[in-house]
Parts: sequence; structure tokens; C-alpha cells
Amino acid sequence: MSSDQPRDSITGTSEPLTDTREARMGEGVDSRFNSKLREAFGSTPFILTKFDKFMNWVRGSSMFMLQFGIACCSIEMMHTYSVKHDLDRFHAGVPRASPRQADVMIVPGTIVSKFAPRMKRVYDQMPEPKFVVNMGNCSTSGGPFQEGYNVVKGAEEVIPVDIHIPGCPPRPEALVYGVAKLQERIANGESSPVTVKPYELEEFGDLDRDELVQKLADDIDEETLVMRYNWADSP
Amino acid sequence: MSAYEERNVEPPTTESGDVDGDAIEELLGDHVLDREDHLNADAYVVRADAVQDVLQTLRDEAGFDHLSCVTAEEHEDRFESIYHLKQYDDPTNEVSVVVPTSREEPVSESAAPVFRTADWHEREAYDLVGVQYEDHPNLERILLPDTWQGHPLGLDYNQDKPQIVTFEENKNPLEDHARGGEDSDTMYLNIGPHHPATHGVLHVETVLDGEQVADVNPDIGYLHRCEEQMAQKGTYRYQIMPYPDRWDYGPGGIINEWAYARAAEDLADIEVPEYAQVIRTMGAEMCRIACHLLATATFALDLYGDFTAIFMYGMRDREVVQNLLEDLTGQRMMFNYLRLGGVVWDIPEPREEYFENVRDFLDDLPAKLDEYHDLITENEIFQSRCVDTGYLDPEVAKDYGVTGPVARGSGVDYDLRRDDSYGYYDELEWDVVTEDGGDNFARLLVRMREIEESARIIEQCVDLLEDWPEDEREIQANVPRTLKPEAGKETYRAVEGAKGELGIYIRADGTEKPGRFKIRSPAFSNLSALQEMSTGEYIPDLVATLGSLDVILGEVDR
Ligand code: SF4
Repeated sequence: MSSDQPRDSITGTSEPLTDTREARMGEGVDSRFNSKLREAFGSTPFILTKFDKFMNWVRGSSMFMLQFGIACCSIEMMHTYSVKHDLDRFHAGVPRASPRQADVMIVPGTIVSKFAPRMKRVYDQMPEPKFVVNMGNCSTSGGPFQEGYNVVKGAEEVIPVDIHIPGCPPRPEALVYGVAKLQERIANGESSPVTVKPYELEEFGDLDRDELVQKLADDIDEETLVMRYNWADSP
Repeated sequence: MSAYEERNVEPPTTESGDVDGDAIEELLGDHVLDREDHLNADAYVVRADAVQDVLQTLRDEAGFDHLSCVTAEEHEDRFESIYHLKQYDDPTNEVSVVVPTSREEPVSESAAPVFRTADWHEREAYDLVGVQYEDHPNLERILLPDTWQGHPLGLDYNQDKPQIVTFEENKNPLEDHARGGEDSDTMYLNIGPHHPATHGVLHVETVLDGEQVADVNPDIGYLHRCEEQMAQKGTYRYQIMPYPDRWDYGPGGIINEWAYARAAEDLADIEVPEYAQVIRTMGAEMCRIACHLLATATFALDLYGDFTAIFMYGMRDREVVQNLLEDLTGQRMMFNYLRLGGVVWDIPEPREEYFENVRDFLDDLPAKLDEYHDLITENEIFQSRCVDTGYLDPEVAKDYGVTGPVARGSGVDYDLRRDDSYGYYDELEWDVVTEDGGDNFARLLVRMREIEESARIIEQCVDLLEDWPEDEREIQANVPRTLKPEAGKETYRAVEGAKGELGIYIRADGTEKPGRFKIRSPAFSNLSALQEMSTGEYIPDLVATLGSLDVILGEVDR
């Protein structure tokens, strides 16, 4: 039926609608409220749980992602957000453009030397608690570009990561699975330990005075934030 | 002669219609030190202090008005910059200018005063290879951070050296000289590198005067993944092919692969069977549709500022194309489908079913495009955002080496599929789309109409493939397992990517890996014209212009 020809049921009587509703509800108390959850609770509408546990469950069930595109993987990420795969079905589909409104960062692409300090800053701007999903081989390890002179060998060199999704690029289904896994972890109260990362933002004045630092001393102020890459130590 | 005047000079040609090398040598006089034979064109070795003279002569007196690429490379005994010149009217007329400089003092004259596009190309050459260009307006690093030490594509670069990258607030570049210092009322605005309107990790340094854009400078390099180094580390036969997929991940995969295949097949003298060419053509046009759909969807996303219907529609239709491509190649985005000398496998079985799916898609397309037109091009609000904004004059476009839908939206009738034909394009019936508007709206229209043309091409390919006799379905030529093109062979070959001229320069060094592999990215040149298009306009127009340029940062930064 095409939408430009109004249906009888709408213009005519409201009977079909009422009928449908009644058929669906059945008699007595609206059974739609009798969900599995409700059954589990028994007759009382109150539940007793630890506040932390409740919060974790809430966190996992309502995640705001950061709208953050880096490279090829972000195209698949866009597909995951939009029709067909629709990440919103899993309570995680509304990307926020500002890091201050987001609690999950999907890192969809290759991180290079120029971008890593910026990504670190974006991550720092997100409010706690925050979680990171690595999408694709690049953000896991540098992927196909691992041997490049400019490529950071994975986002984990810079920020803590909770979930890694392999693939180049991972299919949208894989991303959905990864996000679901993250939700599971959050609901269980787990998150990746915060450790010191190989690459941190530091003030230039705090670096050890080696040859490279001496050489750049004229160009960079003491207070400027810098990130120092020791490529030889990279995996 | 001003740089932006229209010129109507034709290059000297021989009777057979090729560029007349001797006449050009005569024209350049004693600037020429030597002549070389590149596979695509004659090359003239000129003195490092005569670059501007030579290029100006070639442009004004021989009609080579398109500086399509600048390649720099380091040899054992010298540095070389190669300027690949073409003609917009007929890109088969090509000439290369080779400028050697000594290793001790790699200084050569900049071409930027003659061709504006040389500005960015030479900055890249300086950044990655280390050639210094005298007289360049702003010779700074472009892809790598300012504090980087060494030039990574140079011969003695040590990749294990530590590097320090700063994280600073950017300064207002106009503050001192343009707006009267202290009392300046301009405002400096960083757009990106993490910003929804920049389509990835582009950083646009903008100076605003009220709501107007006083100056804009795209700062790129946030996705510089060393693609050229990766290609130089791979063997011709198999190891390079996966990388092109990751340049223009729109996904222009098959088109990108074709760019590499075209250059390498030229270099190794490989004939591709006709059947494979038809499959390639079909695949490439599917990719083009996917790219243009993405461009349209994200353009609407930029203008409406949210994930509205048009974005979702774009994604919905891309899913269909991606499914077709997945059936054909086995992957949704990173196809790795082409091989030197053909394609990796035939149309999937059952063939009828595949063709039927393709036809279904093509049948649905016109109605879908009407829907797009209803939603965007006929929408008054949309029109007021993009009609007459981001204007790009055709002569300015040529000066910046702009190609693809952006050039065609300014009325520059340049499409390599027709003008420098490859694959099966010259056997098929289709039209090159141009619009004269030169504004954001025209560029959008070009893309949407190109989708229709691509659909026409695919349809004809399907017809051909369906009737192709079974015993003549040769998908790959006989290509040796290891390819070692002769040392010293050089070529520059381009195909029409979704964003414009995607060119590859390869110099063989006698091994099974390229000696130098240079990618000429269309989006790189297109983006360099942003300043020209946006200065003086309002800030929302800048966002629209950026969207209509359809840059894919993977391709810009490589
Ligand atoms: S993992 Fe593959 S698809 Fe993803 S960003 Fe890296 S190269 Fe691109």
C-alpha cells in the first residue's frame, strides 16, 4: 500500500486500532510489563543491588561514542552507525562530536607521529569513566603500515585500550561484537588498567638532555608539550 | 602574461600526432643539458637555475598547462626533481623536465611562481627527500611534523632514530602583517584535526574577520602512513597491490589498484586480456559510484550537521554496492582484486545471479537518485548553502592542478577515461559530465550525474560479460612470477580516480622492487586550492567547500 493513499483505518473509524491494541494486550493488567526481569523480581517492584553494580549496568547500557574518524576503518564505522547495522540497537549508536560528551572512543585507523599527541589530548578531554575500542589492525599494532617511519605501533602506545578488534577493516558485524563485549566488561565492572604508556605528553624541559634535545633546544620552548618517539624500542 | 589568462597554444607535434621532441628541445634552447627517454614522454634534463624559465616556456609557448606531478628522488650521486607536464586539452601530450642537483648542495629553483600547484608538491619533495627549492614562498615540512629530523625517503635515513613532536597551540599567522598587529580584530580558529566536518584528520588553520574567512591554510600530514615507502619495500608482482586500496578508501579500491597496475604493466610490458579489462572497468565504476555516494552523503552531513535521512540513504545505497563488490572480490573495502596482467578471479558463480543483482541495483538507481534530488538539490535551504559559494575559476583550477569532479564542476573538460583512454572505456558509450557553475553546487551535481554515467558504463559491461564466449574468458595474462623491469626505466601513468587524476611514477632499478614509487594524489592538489576558494567567504561556506572538495585524507597524506 502506498503512503499517498490514506488507509481506511486512519480516516474512517478508530475501531481497527482499538481492536489491535486490545488483541495485543489481552485482558486484565497490561502483560507487556510482565517482562522476564519483572518475573525475576517477583511481586515487588523494588530491587536490592549494590550501587556500583547498578551504575556499571547503566554505563554499559547507555554509551555515547565519540565521533572520531581517522582512516579507512572509519568508513566501516560509519556503516556500523547507520542503517542496516545500526549500532544504536545496542545502546551505543549516538556519536558525539565533542569528547566532553563521550564515554567511548573507537579508534578507527592508523596513528601517525603527528596525530598521536592530538589523540592523547582528545582522550584526556573525555570525562571519566571512559573506554577505548581499537578498531582494526592499524590501531592495534600499526597494521599494514607497521614498518613505516612515521607510524605509531598501535594506539596502546599512547592510551589505555579495553577491546581490540582485528581486521583490515573489521566488518561492521565485528565492530558490533566488539562493542557488545565492551558492554559486557563494563557491566562486570572491568576496565583496562591505567598504566604508564611508552609515549606520553611531557614538557620539553623535562626530557633528558641528549643529542636530539640539544639540537631542538633553540626551536622548542621549555614549557611546550612534546611527545618523544623512541622508534628503536617500538615492538 | 598573467597566470590566470586563458592560453591557446598547442604543443608542436610530428605528423603522427605525437609531441615533437626536437621542436621542444629547440624551444628550450641551451637550458637543455641532455635528453632522456621516459616510457610516457620525452624528458629534458635542465639546469637547476633555469626551472622557471623552462616551465614558463613550456606553458606559454608549447601549451603544457598542467603540472600534474613533481617527483623528487635521491640517487647515489645526485638528487633529481622531475616535473611531469601535460596538457589539459589533450593529456596524451606529455613532457617531463628533469632537474638534477648535486648531493652536497641539493638546491634547485622553485617552480611555484609559474605553477601554483608546485608549491605543495615541492614542499612534499623537500619534506620527504630533502631537495631545497630556492625562491619557494614557504618551504616548510608539509606531511611530517616541523621538528622532524632527516628526510625519510633519502638514502641514508635511519628509521630508528628517536623523534620529538610538539603539541602546541597554533599562532595567528596573519596577526602581524595583515591586520595591524596589536589592534588586530581577527580571530584564529583551529578546525580539526579532530572535527566532524573535516572528513578525517585534516587540520584547517583559519583566520576569521568577524564571520568572514580572512585566510585559511590546510595543515595536512595527520595520516601520513608512508605509503610510498611501503610500496618501495614491496615486490611488483604481489606485495604492492594491497596498498593502493588504502589510498582512497572511499572505497576507490579498484580504481587505485588500476593506477598502480597501469604504471607497472607499462613498465613490464604486459598486455591485459580484453575480458579482464571489461571486468576491471565494471569494478572501477562500481567503486566510483560508492565514492560519489559517500561524497554526497557526507556533504549533506556537513551541511545539515547531523545524521539525517540523506546520510542514511547514502549509506543504504553504498551497502548495496559494497555487497556487489564483495561478491566480486571477496572483501567489502580492501579488495586486492587486480593483478598485474588482469584480475585475480572471474565473476562469481552462478554468473547469472550476479549479473541479475547488478542489474537490480542499476534498475533501482534512477528512482534513488530522484530521491536524492528531491531531498538535497531541490531543497532551498541546501541551495542557499551551496549555490555561488566556494567559487573556483577554471583557469585558477588549472593553475592548481585541480582535476576530477572538482575541475569538471568548474567547466574544465578533463577526464582521463576519455582523454587518455585505458581499459575498455573507449569502446563504450558514455559522456564526460561537466558543469559551468564552479561553485559547491556544481561540484555536487557533477558527482550525482557521474553516478548515472557510471551506471551506464556498468550496464554495458554487464551486457558484454554476459555474452562473452566461455572459452575466451581469459582473466590474466601470462606474467612471470618475479618481475624485474630493466634498471633505469621510468614511467608516469595516471588513471581517472574518483577524485581526479591518480598518477603513479615508478623508476625501476633492476631489482624486483621499485627504486622510486611516487603517488600523485588528486585530492592533494584539489585541497591546495581551498584557500583560493574560501578566502573572503563566510565560515559556514568554508565547511561546505571542504565537503564539496571530497577529500579523503588517506589519499591526501598517503
Ligand atoms: S586496519 Fe586496515 S582498514 Fe583499518 S585503518 Fe588500518 S589499513 Fe585502514
